[in-house]
Amino acid sequence: MTGKLILSDGTEFIGESFGFQHSTSAPIESGSGEVVFNTGMVGYPESLTDPSYFGQILVLTYPLVGNYGVPKKDFWESGKIQVKGLIVQNYIDHPSHFESQKTLAEWLKDEGIPALQGIDTRALTIKLREHGVMLGRIIVSQQSSAIRQYDPNAENVLPYVSVDEVETYGSGKRNIVLIDCGAKENIVRSLLKRDVRVTRVPWDFNPKTLKLKFDGVVVSNGPGDPKQAKKTIKVVEQLLREGVPTFGICLGSQILALAVGGNTYKLKFGHRGQNQPVQDVTNKKAIITSQNHGFAVDMKSLESEWVEWFVNLNDGTNEGIRHKKKPFLAVQFHPEANPGPVDAGYLFDEFVSYL
Amino acid sequence: MKKVLVLGSGALKIGEAGEFDYSGSQALKALKEEGLETVLINPNIATIQTSKELAGKIYFLPVTPYFVEKIIEKEKPDGVMLSFGGQTALNCGLSLEKAGVFKKYGVKVLGTPVRSIEITEDRELFAKELAKINIKVPKGGFASTIEESVKISKRIGYPLLIRSGFSLGGLGSGVVDNKEELIRMATNALAHVPQIAVEEYLKHWKEVEYEVVRDKAGNKITVCNMENMDPLGIHTGESIVVAPSQTLNNYQYHFLRKLSLKVIEHLGIVGECNIQFALNPQNNDCRVIEVNARLSRSSALASKATGYPLAYIAAKIGLGYSLPNLKNSVTLSTSAFFEPSLDYIVVKIPRWDLQKFVGAYEQIGSEMKSVGEVMAIGRSFPESLQKAIRMLETGQDGLLGNGIDDTKLLPTTQRLFVIAQRFVKGESVDSIYQATGIDPWFLYQIKEIVDFEKNLPSDKRQVTSNPTSLKFRGASKLVMDAKKLGFSDQLLAKTFKMTEEELRKFRKKNGIVPKVKHIDTLAGEFPAKTNYLYLTYHGEESEIGDRGQGTVDSKKAIVLGSGPYRIGSSVEFDWCAVTAAQTLKAKGLQTIMINCNPETVSTDYDIADKLYFEELTFERVSDIYDMEQNTSLVLGFGGQVSNNLAMDCFRARYRILGTSPESIDKAEDRNKFSKLLDKLGIEQPVWQSLKTIDDALTFAKKIGYPVLIRPSYVLSGSAMNVAYSGSDLKKYLKQASNVSSEYPVVISKFVEGAKEIEIDGVAKKGQLLIYAITEHIENAGVHSGDATIVLPPQKLYLKTVRKIKDATQKVLRELNINGPFNIQFLAKDLKILVIELNLRASRSFPFVSKVTGYNFVDMAVRVMLGENITGDFKTIDLDYVGVKAPQFSFNRIKGADPRLRVEMSSTGEVACFGDDLREAYLKSLLATGFKIPKNSVFLSIGGQINKVALLESANQLAILGFKIYATEHTSKFLKDVKVNNTRLYKISEGKHPSVLDFLQKGQIDLAINISEPKSERVETDGYIIRRNCIDLGIPLVTNLQAAELLISSLVSKKMEDLEIKSWDEYLGLDK
Repeated sequence: MTGKLILSDGTEFIGESFGFQHSTSAPIESGSGEVVFNTGMVGYPESLTDPSYFGQILVLTYPLVGNYGVPKKDFWESGKIQVKGLIVQNYIDHPSHFESQKTLAEWLKDEGIPALQGIDTRALTIKLREHGVMLGRIIVSQQSSAIRQYDPNAENVLPYVSVDEVETYGSGKRNIVLIDCGAKENIVRSLLKRDVRVTRVPWDFNPKTLKLKFDGVVVSNGPGDPKQAKKTIKVVEQLLREGVPTFGICLGSQILALAVGGNTYKLKFGHRGQNQPVQDVTNKKAIITSQNHGFAVDMKSLESEWVEWFVNLNDGTNEGIRHKKKPFLAVQFHPEANPGPVDAGYLFDEFVSYL
Repeated sequence: MKKVLVLGSGALKIGEAGEFDYSGSQALKALKEEGLETVLINPNIATIQTSKELAGKIYFLPVTPYFVEKIIEKEKPDGVMLSFGGQTALNCGLSLEKAGVFKKYGVKVLGTPVRSIEITEDRELFAKELAKINIKVPKGGFASTIEESVKISKRIGYPLLIRSGFSLGGLGSGVVDNKEELIRMATNALAHVPQIAVEEYLKHWKEVEYEVVRDKAGNKITVCNMENMDPLGIHTGESIVVAPSQTLNNYQYHFLRKLSLKVIEHLGIVGECNIQFALNPQNNDCRVIEVNARLSRSSALASKATGYPLAYIAAKIGLGYSLPNLKNSVTLSTSAFFEPSLDYIVVKIPRWDLQKFVGAYEQIGSEMKSVGEVMAIGRSFPESLQKAIRMLETGQDGLLGNGIDDTKLLPTTQRLFVIAQRFVKGESVDSIYQATGIDPWFLYQIKEIVDFEKNLPSDKRQVTSNPTSLKFRGASKLVMDAKKLGFSDQLLAKTFKMTEEELRKFRKKNGIVPKVKHIDTLAGEFPAKTNYLYLTYHGEESEIGDRGQGTVDSKKAIVLGSGPYRIGSSVEFDWCAVTAAQTLKAKGLQTIMINCNPETVSTDYDIADKLYFEELTFERVSDIYDMEQNTSLVLGFGGQVSNNLAMDCFRARYRILGTSPESIDKAEDRNKFSKLLDKLGIEQPVWQSLKTIDDALTFAKKIGYPVLIRPSYVLSGSAMNVAYSGSDLKKYLKQASNVSSEYPVVISKFVEGAKEIEIDGVAKKGQLLIYAITEHIENAGVHSGDATIVLPPQKLYLKTVRKIKDATQKVLRELNINGPFNIQFLAKDLKILVIELNLRASRSFPFVSKVTGYNFVDMAVRVMLGENITGDFKTIDLDYVGVKAPQFSFNRIKGADPRLRVEMSSTGEVACFGDDLREAYLKSLLATGFKIPKNSVFLSIGGQINKVALLESANQLAILGFKIYATEHTSKFLKDVKVNNTRLYKISEGKHPSVLDFLQKGQIDLAINISEPKSERVETDGYIIRRNCIDLGIPLVTNLQAAELLISSLVSKKMEDLEIKSWDEYLGLDK
């Protein structure tokens, strides 16, 4: 069954459908979203379930996808596939891995996600690089040609990816509030490994209303334009004012910046991959990081009590900020990895040490 | 830091090959950029690194502690780089450090500290260090008794892998599941060897490698990971390898990556290193197998696979740079501190030449036997795999149709094809997985290729009357699918019963053409400034137009490289191709390189303006020729591979620079060439091409034995041989192949006692422009690639030289040669016979260029471009002598008989200079690993003539005070003429002291074993002696002329007489 990807500039890429085929019962925006590329060579189950990809059609630049099938839910980054569609060069239908439970195609079909293979993903990537990210739709059947274009940046998408109510994990002495803007499961796992309790709260929840005591706050990653997360920004603003140790990750970093009066802007095609080099400005140490973001913090917009912590060695964009005196820190990359390198995991230790 | 010494790796040998020309060249480039003075020691004259452009000063001397110290004393460098010349340089550096030489002369070791290297080189130290950071290595130990082995078994548990020393040829090795089996096998093995290794058996674990870079500040990255298709137990150099890993998930990939970083941080590596893991595919348990604290074969592969210049970066780090301060050499804008992301899949397949060895074991395992490798880039595994198969140049066009014996699935050089054949017969993926341990992921895809090929329509009716077109339904889609799976035009054409040209036309008409993609290190995230390219059928758009350098109307030339290194074609042709590209570039042409060998410098993306890392097949060259347009082909510098394409390219009317392909054809076609020689009145050995064994026998009888046999090339691989009798001839022909009209055999008269002489040169429109005459030390009967070659000739009559020049000029004129050439002659009794003409740069071009100081390739290219070069070039009357000596790797090919024959078996070469022949010869021998004998020499000389010939030499040895040992007849012969010696018994005599006893006890420093090729029976003894010398590392000489020269050199020269002079000093360019 052939299918096509139609970009907002009218370009069409013809491929073969290997995921979900639309029917009338399909969610209307399935197959429609912002088209972004990721250059990681492993980790498709993690990426597909990463809530930061909500509302996006993911193009994987590695040309063989499906190699090791799909593991059980425990290894996912959220309870379901978050992307609106998947585009690959070659889908591998004979996975081989001891943890594989099903093929990628089966999974996509189960979760109602359309996918195309046989697309020149390199040509598509270069197009996105040169033009900037674009909206697009995957058409895999007659019905689906009617689907409307969905734009995840045009609305606040956090309600779609956050928890509905407060959840708690672990039994450590110290309690960390995780403001869930679409948090990857591995943030929770990473924190729990450091012997803390995690209280996961919805994106718009103010932890000050909690009866529980808490020692610090992590503002999670998540999808969309940070400026749409107005309520979260407000909450964080209050927390910072009160001097609560706060750690922002990815979207969380952008929210922190916005909360203290800074600005964010949209990158042309974002950073999505597992090979992004960042350097700690303070000690010149460089690490390889996992990244997935389309917006960045404008360092110039921040007041002088904030310093640039990490920069991207490829394009010089900001990759982290911290307060000169207070335990407020934020990184644009993913110390929790999954997918990607685990080099930045030490940042959780550093944050926990401030509690 | 002003002056830096770089140690090279010497001759190409199995396990240490062209990759170190790549790494050394990159290091020199990095040093040169910093404005540092460089001194290079490397006797490998065929390399690119030993070119004036790269190194400031070059010493063609052995990379041994003795010579390196002498050079340090003379040159007084400030720093030394040890990690760019393979194990040779590393070992030499470790010895020098131990001896305090670096300290004495104040030389700083740049890059990884010596202490870290020592840890990685010592298994016990290594295990201890890794235990400190809780990382596991394979458990095991060595046992000399049954009790010890049982003790180890208690520590590790079953199953266990038992390995005994290699003298048993793998016998006494195996897996044991319980104590009884262990005791049985240990008893058996310990009866033959003093010690066995008892190790935990990691059955069918995956083998995964990472290439890691770390700077002094502790910034570190993994540049590439690679997965061996063959499970643990097959050396990574013997395994089919993919990059990146294919069956590892995110956790496994990054878990091993993290361990890699942890290990090199702990070891304190500064620069580049390789780390190998064993990974249990069922539960993620893992072991670190080893760390190579230097550039390696894998790192060369990783560099080419990713576009990340590992050696260059490692050199910069050695000089103190930190990774974040270096730039990505491909994008020129992003940081060198990053990890390449691939958007393609790379498949490496080793190239073996085991059929060139008599008696070699076919199985592959934990020791390296391959002589080269190819790397294919594609966007699906089948596409890359099938490309790689063709790149091997072994005559295989796909997985099937090679008549392979598929009875055993043992790891052999042919296992991939056996697996394919098993799939044809319906065997399941699981069954093959159980037998081989190859991950089903790979097997499924191999099966996919096989199933597709099996189901290709081959019915003639499906091809319509118009032969250029396939009219059956879905033909276009079928061909497209086939191309995506990597099938060649040739294979498809054969299946559809049309010509390759017809299929090509059909393909192009239907828009089925490959697309060009960049290797840009970042999967398209940033634009590449370089043109490192490959072709794929998995794509819609080509990236050729938008990023090409040079203007459209500037002239272009495509240089074809030489493909995988193999016996008979290796780094010398890379030097030729690189030099040709450089000259073309200097002359203002846009240069395009095509090659597929990851061990080369020609595949560095900055050698030419564009690099296509692609097959050297007619199909692929045509694809590129079509795309590039307005280009010319340069064929003469990639050895025989590129020359073989000449006629096809000519017929396709491609523009070809230099000598006309029709002339090339006249030289390559035996019949045409023979007629031409007759016409010119030049003699050649009598020959005939024969289609039956009977005809062959009749002809041989007519011309008289001995005769030289050249069977047609067939897949099973058959070698040239000399037959001394009818029974010999029959035996060889039966061994070789079935002689038929399709596969005729060429029989020619073998001239005994003839000298072999070569002339290398460049002709300009049929006129001789420059030439160099070289003579072989060994008489005819030793392949020219295995011969010791001398320039200028020392023992030629002036009359012979004149005759050679005269014959050469006639041939050049007749064929109107315009470019490089090489002619091989036999000379006997002032008579010369032509045995071969090559209308291309030959194996000895770098040698003659570097010894004479004139760059023959550069001149040839300029001639081909029409430049009018004139001059008088001094190539005979030199004040020094250059000697090129072969490097053998028999120690790696278990079972192989090291006797020199008409079939080539050397894997590399060195060349050294001297004020006279003997000095140059001794230096070059030392450069191949020869050790000067101190006390004792063993002689076993077959045949009366040989004995007489060597008498004077033996006498001189005795006078020098050497203790001489000899076997029965040699001993008696020497005693009769009053040369003192001790008789040793042959193995077949069953008495002691035997030769073997003395060899094994280390009481023999040098063995000279000259056999009489005619006799068969005594050869068993000779073979055992020769093989033991190889296995025990005792210098061995098997050729009479070489033995004479060696002994006269030993008599006249001491180590102190071997002068420490640089290349410049010999050529008189140092003033």
